[in-house]
Amino acid sequence: MGKRTIVPFGPQHPVLPEPLHLDLVLEDETVVDVIPSIGYIHRGLEKLCETKDYNQMVYVIERICGICSFGHGWGASAAIEGAMGVEIPERAEYLRTILHELSRVHSHLLWLGLMADAFGFESLFNHCWRVRETVLDLFEKNTGGRVIFSICKPGGMRKDISNENLKEMVEVLNGLKAEIKEITDVFINDASVKNRMTGVGVLTKEEAVELCAVGPTVRGSGVAQDLRLAGDHGVYHELGFEPVVEEAGDCMARTIVRIRELLQSIELIEKAVAKIPDGPVDCKVPKTVDGEFATRLEQPRGEAFYYAKGAGSKFLKRMRVRTPTNINIPALVKMLGGSDLADVPILALTIDPCISCTER
Amino acid sequence: MSKAYVTKSPWVVHYDGSSCNGCDIEVLACLMPMYDVERFGIINCGNPKHADVFLVTGTVNEQNKDVVKQIYEQMPEPKVVVAIGICACSGGIFKDCYNVLGGVDQVIPVDAYVPGCAARPEAIIDAVVTGLGILQAKRDAMVEAIDAPAAIEAPAAPAAASAPSAVKYPPIFTMAEIKVNAELYKK
Amino acid sequence: MERHTAQQNFEAVNLSNLISKVSDLKADGYRLVQICGVVLDDDTYEILYSFDKDHIMQNLRLDIAIDKDEVESITGIFWPAFIYENEIHDLFGVKFNHSALDYNGTFFKVSEETPWKPKK
Repeated sequence: MGKRTIVPFGPQHPVLPEPLHLDLVLEDETVVDVIPSIGYIHRGLEKLCETKDYNQMVYVIERICGICSFGHGWGASAAIEGAMGVEIPERAEYLRTILHELSRVHSHLLWLGLMADAFGFESLFNHCWRVRETVLDLFEKNTGGRVIFSICKPGGMRKDISNENLKEMVEVLNGLKAEIKEITDVFINDASVKNRMTGVGVLTKEEAVELCAVGPTVRGSGVAQDLRLAGDHGVYHELGFEPVVEEAGDCMARTIVRIRELLQSIELIEKAVAKIPDGPVDCKVPKTVDGEFATRLEQPRGEAFYYAKGAGSKFLKRMRVRTPTNINIPALVKMLGGSDLADVPILALTIDPCISCTER
Repeated sequence: MSKAYVTKSPWVVHYDGSSCNGCDIEVLACLMPMYDVERFGIINCGNPKHADVFLVTGTVNEQNKDVVKQIYEQMPEPKVVVAIGICACSGGIFKDCYNVLGGVDQVIPVDAYVPGCAARPEAIIDAVVTGLGILQAKRDAMVEAIDAPAAIEAPAAPAAASAPSAVKYPPIFTMAEIKVNAELYKK
Repeated sequence: MERHTAQQNFEAVNLSNLISKVSDLKADGYRLVQICGVVLDDDTYEILYSFDKDHIMQNLRLDIAIDKDEVESITGIFWPAFIYENEIHDLFGVKFNHSALDYNGTFFKVSEETPWKPKK
């Protein structure tokens, strides 16, 4: 047993473009304890929201994160709509579902790439991101933005997407399936990848539940917890949604969950486009927000919580966002305990950390 | 010293101040097959001591300003800083937040600014290329400074033209001539 | 076409029965979703605890007097609560007692102390 040393991980670390900061307590090469801390990227944007009216506020909330930006816009809009007691048109609900699932495709491809980079497979990283560019082109064509769209607003959508464009979206995505399969086969079957991921960072079902983990992290440990099942928002109950669950609880299981969700999202988009009704995409909303509303949304990284409390004016008293990475940190701390120092980048990535989400 | 082109293969180091990730993933997207800046010899490296160009995204705050400064100071001269995205330029939408100091230029000198939220890959590449021009100019200035004594030996007018005006002698004199003149004045 | 809406269950608790309520929810199989602070007025915070079971959320509302009341930590029941309790401590200045993992104000590194606290 060696002497204990503390190794700081981040904020500037090649594995992650973001300033994640962990203090790793090591005994020789083994991590015995982890102390996460926050603040390199904390902006205090929930406080900023108090000075913005509910329409401007959505722009701020969307900038919590540039990867799940659409979901944050949706969640904030849904919380405000709930506090107002407004029900948005069916077509808007469909469009939100389609764009949210498209965001999941882009986010999971991004994550697969970063994961490949973390275990040193750079060409795989490049291939994942090459495919992802096609998805970004779809976003750009339909919303005008590549990463931040600002298309959601309280009361519906800012603009409609034509049925022709939606059909084209499905065609493009179906065309990607073969390429995605080629890439994901490497993740699942390649011996060197298996070697790095199978049996690494095991989180048992009991631990995942005890640590309140969410998203692919908990679904990789055999828990069928997915907010899309609840049917609070979107049209998932009309699309026959079934959550993706894997039992093993290791890095591989979490990767497979994301790979299967990637393909599932494409199918959900296809079904939604086939069913989408015509009609308006926004509705009239009251000028002021009264009342409160707490709601959740299944982001690519897991469950995100939104709470809006009105103050009888167009400004809100409180807009709270709790992001998935925030509640996955205890699970990460658990996974890191007892791991090798060389595995830390993989384990840190396996929860799909989004630090700008966590610190807001 | 011979003329060298540092701009032929500039290496970049990236730090995320407190951005929303939007600009960070666009920086990474620049390195990917679609935009592929690696074809220009640009390589993203994690080590500031390897880097010529410093790409900063997001605002600076009390917590990370020292990190930004440290990375900047570790980079060898000449170096160029590119502020990517409106947050890095001025603070952007987060300017009024309690934990935000403002743009990157609050703590380190910035050579090129890329507006946009999020900054588009084309704009980022354009800024890096603009930055490379500045990098070459900075290097040329360094070379000139190193070669300066030699330049005075030669009858090169431009080097001597910038001599301080307090000098008694006409500024076009070379070092050798000055020595001669000094001898004359002594007499 | 019928659409589900997220059920809104809010229940008021006070400083004395918070721990027993949270323990009951844990025994019922609920998991912690989040804890957040809300500034109600210059003298009062509301601490909102959210729990989930089978995708239905249960919220507990706790009103406390700023600078006077100290809250019992629930980290003994839900360990991951340390994230939110330290966050509320650092941003709002609420003191949590008997925390299983207390950062003593070093979790969030912010330029001003307790930025959310109403300025009198």
